[in-house]
Amino acid sequence: MSAPATRANRPLLDVRNLHVEFPTRRGRLVAVDDVSFHIDAGEVLGVVGESGAGKSLTGAAIIGLLEPPGRIAGGEVLLDGKRIDNLPAEQLRRIRGRQIGAVFQDPLTSLDPLFTVGQQLTETITTHLDLSESEARNRAIELLREVGIPGAERRIDHYPHQFSGGMRQRVVIALALCAQPRLIIADEPTTALDVSIQAQIITLLKRLCRDHGAAVMLVTHDMGVIAETADRVAVMYAGRIAEIGPVADVIQRPRHPYTVGLMGSIPKLDRAVPRLVQIEGSMPRLNAIPTGCAFNPRCPKVFERCRIERPELFPVGGSAAACWLHATTLAEAARG
Amino acid sequence: MADGAAPARDPNAGPLLSVRDIARSFDVSRPWLARMLEGQPRLLLKAVDGVSFDIPRGETLSLVGESGCGKSTVARLVVGLYRPSRGTINFDGVNVTALRTRAALKPVRRRFQMIFQDPYASLNPRWRVRDIIAEPIRAHRLMKDNQEIGRRVDELLRLVRLSPADGEKYPHEFSGGQRQRISIARALSSNPDFLVCDEPTSALDVSVQAQILNLMKDLQRELGLTYLFISHNLAVVFHISDRVGVMYLGRIVELADVKALFASPQHPYTRLLLDAIPDLEMSGRGRTPVAGEVPNPLDPPTGCAFHPRCPWANERCRRETPVMKPVPGGASSSGTVAACHAVEEGRIGPGPTQK
Repeated sequence: MSAPATRANRPLLDVRNLHVEFPTRRGRLVAVDDVSFHIDAGEVLGVVGESGAGKSLTGAAIIGLLEPPGRIAGGEVLLDGKRIDNLPAEQLRRIRGRQIGAVFQDPLTSLDPLFTVGQQLTETITTHLDLSESEARNRAIELLREVGIPGAERRIDHYPHQFSGGMRQRVVIALALCAQPRLIIADEPTTALDVSIQAQIITLLKRLCRDHGAAVMLVTHDMGVIAETADRVAVMYAGRIAEIGPVADVIQRPRHPYTVGLMGSIPKLDRAVPRLVQIEGSMPRLNAIPTGCAFNPRCPKVFERCRIERPELFPVGGSAAACWLHATTLAEAARG
Repeated sequence: MADGAAPARDPNAGPLLSVRDIARSFDVSRPWLARMLEGQPRLLLKAVDGVSFDIPRGETLSLVGESGCGKSTVARLVVGLYRPSRGTINFDGVNVTALRTRAALKPVRRRFQMIFQDPYASLNPRWRVRDIIAEPIRAHRLMKDNQEIGRRVDELLRLVRLSPADGEKYPHEFSGGQRQRISIARALSSNPDFLVCDEPTSALDVSVQAQILNLMKDLQRELGLTYLFISHNLAVVFHISDRVGVMYLGRIVELADVKALFASPQHPYTRLLLDAIPDLEMSGRGRTPVAGEVPNPLDPPTGCAFHPRCPWANERCRRETPVMKPVPGGASSSGTVAACHAVEEGRIGPGPTQK
């Protein structure tokens, strides 16, 4: 679904060797560890992982909304070729509103209960675009209509509590879109919603991404949502990318043992199995990440090297996996 | 362990749990004074409105539906956390709804337990795991000797694949999945036959969810447990159930064997739900985005509650509330009951089989 024309150009979002850490009394906790990826305009990158894998922190770091004491300890974030991770707060705030839209899991936290949705939308529009109050209001109605809210002319004067969960999430998406951002970071946008509403929101996100040519980073724990929405997917484990590649490759031919286990542990509707694939144990805590590959204590295919040396991403087929099983001779040679 | 009140059991005698036409409404009126001043009537929310089902011994029945459909209320009615407004619940031949006193309920009460969704909120943070698990044993006075209780707790911890040493720890030292194992051990400590599981894996990551689902299936086989399983996740329901009831706005709209339900869903709402599941196989299947949302339960639509969202709705659906009837024809749908005029009249063809 990504527009081939933009392929040759630089990616819209380029994240290079991002590190996020939390200084604590007992030392630094590294929550995001050397993460690199890029997203092209019009492309949806899914980021999956279990809780604590660092997927939401990666998103928060990109938009500069890390909760202190969390901070970016290294790496670069480039939006359209320009570094944004080292900008002063005020400048970053402007970029965040104008060029990056954010959609979070709980729509209520993104909306102010004391203002009507119309006031919130027009305020955002007039702040970032050069429009008059009434033009902004018209644009707000147009946006509400676009995200599928029936009776938008009337609904614009309602308060957030007067909307249902699904409708509220639509309002939040409208809010994220209103300054016509080029990058949308959606963190678990459908997790709080029922399945039938989930389908509506996913269809909406996909259509908007296509129509507006925006790049989308979709953070979720739900592989099903990724399968339907994303072009490429990054699987995160203990703060690192375990595997990244086109969504069809990662889902149908997972290469990293963690991805294999993750896919097997999802109950499927097309075949009944007596037992689900089970990954023993749980993800390590940040203060106890094993040496070598972080997955090695749970990995069914572990061997000596995994316990000592940390694998980087090696190309396999169309994707790349951080696993010694896929260390190619070429990569070996390059390492000396 | 069998106490006098447990009737002699004939393995062929009826279902373990039999629920008939239970209903529960909640009074959500404003305070009396405000009502009087503004002349408003009482406001009743019918959370569950006439639900019936049976669960045979050793089987799993799942109730599935979207938020607000009343599935958790049914779970709470079954274990006695709420009293039904009408209807009866028969547990192993005993009408539980007729037992009014604690003393009368006690012998039955030991035999069913509940597992809750949130393993963080359902364990007392100030108690050691050992005491949390032993609580039902002590409460029901099943064992007196502390050493005996200790041995039983060790056995339970091993049963849920934890180690006896874990008993000395506090809940905060465990991950979500391990806490849910502790909840299961606690539920099993009174030797129940029947477990009500209200979204037991919804708060867990998928790999941990797989561990818990596998554990629950193993325990069911080893101990001959019967489950009432509440979930909104159809894939989980498909994996764990023998029979499935689909709920919409306080009623069951379709009740069927798990294979039949997923292979040929009958009720339009069931079809909608199955169609809305994100597809891992990416068959490129265009989703039929369903318009509308669950209506306000305070002001449910007339006739069939689903008619405003149903593509097959006609005049009769708007007027007359459908009742549960066996679905005619088709070997695939044998044993399926659905509450739908269109299905009954044959206005909609056999369900589209899942790809």
